[in-house]
Amino acid sequence: MLIRRPPDIPVSEITDESVYWNRRRFLQAAGLAAAGIGGLVPRAAATTGRDDEKLTPYEDITGYNNFYEFGTGKDDPARNAGRLRTRPWKIEVDGEVKRPASYDLDDFLKPFTPVERVYRLRCVEGWSMVIPWLGIPLKDILDRLEPTSRARFVEFTTLHDPQQMPGQRSQILQWPYVEGLRLDEARHPLTLIATGLYGKPLPNQNGAPLRLIVPWKYGFKGGKSIVKIRLTEHQPATTWNIAAPNEYGFYANVNPEVDHPRWSQARERRIGEFFKRKTLMFNGYADQVGSLYSGMDLRTNF
Amino acid sequence: MTRAALITRVLKPILYITALLPLGWMLYALFAGLVMGDEVKFMQHVTGDTILTSLLLTLAVTPLRRLTGWNELIRVRRLIGLTAFWYACLHLSTYLVFDQSLDVGEILADIRKHPWVLVGFAGFLCLVPLAITSTNGWVRRLGGKRWARLHRLVYLAAIAGVLHYWWLVKKDLTFPILYGVGLLLLLLPRVWWAVERRTRARKVPAGRPVEAGPA
Repeated sequence: MLIRRPPDIPVSEITDESVYWNRRRFLQAAGLAAAGIGGLVPRAAATTGRDDEKLTPYEDITGYNNFYEFGTGKDDPARNAGRLRTRPWKIEVDGEVKRPASYDLDDFLKPFTPVERVYRLRCVEGWSMVIPWLGIPLKDILDRLEPTSRARFVEFTTLHDPQQMPGQRSQILQWPYVEGLRLDEARHPLTLIATGLYGKPLPNQNGAPLRLIVPWKYGFKGGKSIVKIRLTEHQPATTWNIAAPNEYGFYANVNPEVDHPRWSQARERRIGEFFKRKTLMFNGYADQVGSLYSGMDLRTNF
Repeated sequence: MTRAALITRVLKPILYITALLPLGWMLYALFAGLVMGDEVKFMQHVTGDTILTSLLLTLAVTPLRRLTGWNELIRVRRLIGLTAFWYACLHLSTYLVFDQSLDVGEILADIRKHPWVLVGFAGFLCLVPLAITSTNGWVRRLGGKRWARLHRLVYLAAIAGVLHYWWLVKKDLTFPILYGVGLLLLLLPRVWWAVERRTRARKVPAGRPVEAGPA
């Protein structure tokens, strides 16, 4: 079952939590915390009055995963993701962009400098973590790809290769896994294409070599091991929404007031804690992202 | 060694120890820090699996007796049934304490809103009278027939348990299906026997009395 395995990176090489926080404070003091980093935990903690949010240990972040391409058990990804080869890796960009193209991953990432972002991750199942990601704001990537004026949505497709992803041999979901965002959500400064965590390259079970992170949405919105980014005029059909449209909406914003049909979303268990804590509107990022949804009925657009 | 002695002196002690293994494993895993991620969910899965397995085992006793003629197997049924009950107490406690922080309002709202919680609760409530009346004294006090009728509640408890699991799973129904098929296989012969009994009773009104009970 959920048994701890030795991490593939020695604990000694992982940035210690205290070092991490000091570095963050240093960055902020140095004025490097540019616009949009208001989503980082220290600031968010100040606005929510919660300063009890510690980083989730590396072993939990990399050992307790939902990544059905490698199996439906929480420890399946850590066990099975070793087969995934993340180099060479191609990223296809198509749809409503000036120059559709296929890129080699390293060429694709070369123009950007990864930033560190500490985000809460809230799973639709009712548990959460605090994760120090390393990644590139999706906005920067999109600016380079130059969407056309018709582009209104972005679609992210995960690798489909049952040889490397044994979970895809069962039709538990429709493969490949597809997720999507409205263009304004995709361009929001908090939205990240993650390439690492805890200062290290992204482990396979967390969606290597690159994955989407949208911290105010439920975790399943964050497509992993992305091979295709497509700009579209129409709202993409997304995997969990296809699987159970009454349970998983396209927006999937974290919302304690809109329950999953089968369970409450009012509270969550932070991994490492026994008692549940209250779930925050937009996962605590309401100040940053609330305006994206003004005038929208979040009950119908769940 | 007679068959009865084999069952009471060998099988029963083995079952006693087996019944404690999930609890021992759970506590060891928790305290040794072996559990990844959600520790409360881990407790709920270990206890939940033990409950369903024990319930299916108690339901297997009668078919096994009929199949093998080993009637003495009845001597381990109470032990297995009580195992299900004690693990159900643990299972429910983790929910009440860790998931709901003993907030009565929240618990009632959860039961009202979510069928799988309601069904789980109902299943537990079915087990309570069975655990209370599991002693020899209660069998005497109620009389065998009435006791047996009361203990048919175990069917409801098992069905509720499987449904509870079925409805809470996000997508992968493998394990709920396995338990469901197991339960079906154990219930079907009983339906068959009941039909058989009824037709026989109709044919031979003064036939030999048939053993009633949570068969």
